[in-house]
Amino acid sequence: MTFVAKPRIHHPHLPLNEIGLTRRDYEGSVSTLCAGCGHDSVSAAIVQACAELSIPPHRFAKVSGIGCSSKTPSYFLDKSHGLNSVHGRMPSVSTGANLANRELFCVGVSGDGDSASIGLGQFAHIVRRRVNMLYIVDNNGTYGLTKGQFSATNDKGSTNKKGVPNLYEPIDLASLALQIGASFVARSFSGDKQQLVPLLKAGLMHRGMAFIDVISPCVAFNNHNGSTKSYEYVRAHSDNVVNVDYVEDHAEITADYDPGTCEDLRMPDGSTLRLYKLDDKFDVHDRVGALNYLQRRQEEGEVVTGLLYVDPDAADCHDILDTVPTPLNALTEADLCPGNANLERVNESFR
Amino acid sequence: MTVAYNDFVIRFANVNGSGSASANSMFAKALFRMGIPVATRNIFPSNIQSLPTWFDVRVNEAGYLGRREGVDIMVAMNAQTYVDDVASLKPGGYLFYDNSKPLAAHLQRSDVHEIGMPISTLLLPEFSDLKQRGLFKNIVYLGALAALLNIEFDVITGLVAKQYKGKEDLIQPNIHALEIGRQYALDYLDSPLPIQVRRSDAVGDRILIDGNTAAGLGAIYGGATVCAWYPITPSTSMAEAFEKYANQMRLDGATGQRKFAVVQAEDELSAIGIVIGAGWNGARSFTATSGPGVSLMSEFLGLAYFAEIPAVLFDVQRAGPSTGMPTRTQQSDLLSAAYASHGDTKHVLLFPATPKECFDFAADALDLADRLQTPVIVMSDLELGMNDSLSEPLTWDDERQYDRGKVLSAEQLEEVEEFGRYLDVDGDGIGYRTLPGTHPELGAFFTRGTSRDEYAAYTESPEAYERNMQRLETKWRTAATMMPKAEVLGVGHKTGILYYGTSALPMQEALDLLQEDGIGLDRIRVRGFPFGREVYDFIERHDLVFVVDQNRDAQMRTLLVIEGDINPAKLLSVRYYAGLSISAETIHAQVREHFEALKLPRLTEVQS
Repeated sequence: MTFVAKPRIHHPHLPLNEIGLTRRDYEGSVSTLCAGCGHDSVSAAIVQACAELSIPPHRFAKVSGIGCSSKTPSYFLDKSHGLNSVHGRMPSVSTGANLANRELFCVGVSGDGDSASIGLGQFAHIVRRRVNMLYIVDNNGTYGLTKGQFSATNDKGSTNKKGVPNLYEPIDLASLALQIGASFVARSFSGDKQQLVPLLKAGLMHRGMAFIDVISPCVAFNNHNGSTKSYEYVRAHSDNVVNVDYVEDHAEITADYDPGTCEDLRMPDGSTLRLYKLDDKFDVHDRVGALNYLQRRQEEGEVVTGLLYVDPDAADCHDILDTVPTPLNALTEADLCPGNANLERVNESFR
Repeated sequence: MTVAYNDFVIRFANVNGSGSASANSMFAKALFRMGIPVATRNIFPSNIQSLPTWFDVRVNEAGYLGRREGVDIMVAMNAQTYVDDVASLKPGGYLFYDNSKPLAAHLQRSDVHEIGMPISTLLLPEFSDLKQRGLFKNIVYLGALAALLNIEFDVITGLVAKQYKGKEDLIQPNIHALEIGRQYALDYLDSPLPIQVRRSDAVGDRILIDGNTAAGLGAIYGGATVCAWYPITPSTSMAEAFEKYANQMRLDGATGQRKFAVVQAEDELSAIGIVIGAGWNGARSFTATSGPGVSLMSEFLGLAYFAEIPAVLFDVQRAGPSTGMPTRTQQSDLLSAAYASHGDTKHVLLFPATPKECFDFAADALDLADRLQTPVIVMSDLELGMNDSLSEPLTWDDERQYDRGKVLSAEQLEEVEEFGRYLDVDGDGIGYRTLPGTHPELGAFFTRGTSRDEYAAYTESPEAYERNMQRLETKWRTAATMMPKAEVLGVGHKTGILYYGTSALPMQEALDLLQEDGIGLDRIRVRGFPFGREVYDFIERHDLVFVVDQNRDAQMRTLLVIEGDINPAKLLSVRYYAGLSISAETIHAQVREHFEALKLPRLTEVQS
């Protein structure tokens, strides 16, 4: 595999955002993921969200762990720096990046293996630390790069490509985030750009850690009957999904339905996708209520999507640490070094 | 009566958690304030309460401050360890104990002087509160020692007043307890003893400080803004010192907001991840840890090495492997730190020997990490980190600028013809980097642990991979020219001794002992890895070199053999790894054994 630069030919009529840039200015290199991978839809949604927010495209810090999901920061915002770190450790690296320069928009992309297995500890603790960032999990329930092992978000009883069932209880990252006090929790579906883009925008603008669990089917290893992370299953059991578009071999299936309703979609393989959209009556400021609701729908085999909880007034990591507003990486000797006269006083205290 | 002044080892045997530490520290500090060189060693258990703990103070006018075998004065306040404590006294030594209950016959030794004092009985009518009585026991023996050893009493009362400043109601009872002990010793004991202290000017302007505190201060002066750490003995006090002093010295004058961030992470993996994330984004950052932490950080260290991200670690070493003896000292992480991580990785190491060097190297490490764009590990140990040692005062050159290394600004990006993150423009193996958010169009790149070309683009090209690894080797050679130079003292002996870190403490004493045996050695104290030319030159110049390690496997010797391609037969190992710090006696005995076994010529023989 080699790096492929995306041709820089702009469509002449692409709309300009408030700072005079088009969506293309927010793109990255050509994806090397499988055709139809949900993760590419997430990357495209990130591009759209960032462009619509008119944030200068070099003012992001992109951080990821290891896995298919974690390759994606190459595929958006190539005017920003990115750091592809080690498996399960995106949260700690993001913490450091955000501590160093609080003015950049920190976007962390992780996967279900990265965040729910090897990095579950880091996931839990970055929620506690409230680092000001957008934390996206491209959740496909499988280890794609190592060819299809179950991940910890996969539902018990769900089968792999060979029909072998998963024997273990799933970890629901959205519930966990709510339980340990995240100030912004949402879930969406990679194919539902109409829901996902506004959630990404809200997450980027949220002060504190915005967590979005994005169900993102793996077309290679986890998109068959028996999988509960397939396009088919999620569509059939989604409670609160807004809009779905599904791309496989350039075919697209879309969903369009009203909040508070379910919609059943017939899939090409004959399965049905049921979506349920959270309606206006859902209280996004009730953490315990959201947690209960999520669990109850889950018991019924439904995946709740949408904004589950937000506390717009929550303190972020820098508030908690009471740091100066200047980015720490911009402080100079004059700010940082207390000077020899102070050191002489310190010496005196050790005499 | 012949009196020996300012030359003894006193050991306090206490129960952990009994409040003895502050009394014992005050003892050492009082002597220090009388201008007498002292070294303290707190030998403590992995425990909060009830297990035995010892506090050694070596008092030595000549400035020999390494650990010395044998105890001259034992303050035996712990019944659990009484048998061993009495046994550890040198013949002719002094056994100070609480004789409120008579000493069992089998615990008595005819070759030592017993100094019994009914401490508990004396305190019974004075303090009604049981807890207070327990605490003041320590103060009473401090008062008695003042009389027995002729310590200037107002120096001790001055320390009490300083210690309880702001808690005035505690000063009077403490002074009263001191008086009880002193008066009893004057009235009923043979005060003062033939072992005494007297005011000296041997301390000079030196300070009494532990290495971790000095390192924490060094990180502040060196401009660290992010500290991420996970509690682990014996490194914890370094991060705590950084936070304590930063809260005094690094606050915004107007708002009181902090110009630093300290994160106590959930584990060592997270701690180093935060450090690397901050380093990538241009903040000077560090972590403090010990051997088990370095093991956990190893994967990340490989990323930082390969992705070329500055990071600073303080490894305050303790006795391994595994949990080992977590409250005992060793130099046993050399190899695991030098080669931490999978694949071909090597890390820059610094070896401080004094608190002053902990301070200096903390700041230097931050410069080196930025300049070399790689992790730098400062290899301290428990002996240096957690014990108060005499140290030259800490100094800072106010003209000093931080070396932020090769970081391009937006203006510079516009001026350079072409930017490639991993291009070796200067031939030193170090590329130019940019920080996130610098320029709207130029200089952005993707940092990764996977192979990449000179422009940071992912590639699996064998040639590009090899070129990159070779450039990292070039950088390693550049690093060797930037390490603090080894201290060499050579007068042309055929045999040398090479040591590092806290083995420096007993070295002068060991060499003086060897000199008495007619064994003369040139010496070199290594201060950094990769080794500078002067280290290899020293080995080249000598027929044989003793290599002193405080670990079982002679790890420094291994590093020298591997990195310098040195004939192993030329390097004779001197080792001590039982968890205390190496003593002059150990070095002396092992070198002498080698000399005898190899029939090496003594000085007298050479001269004749």
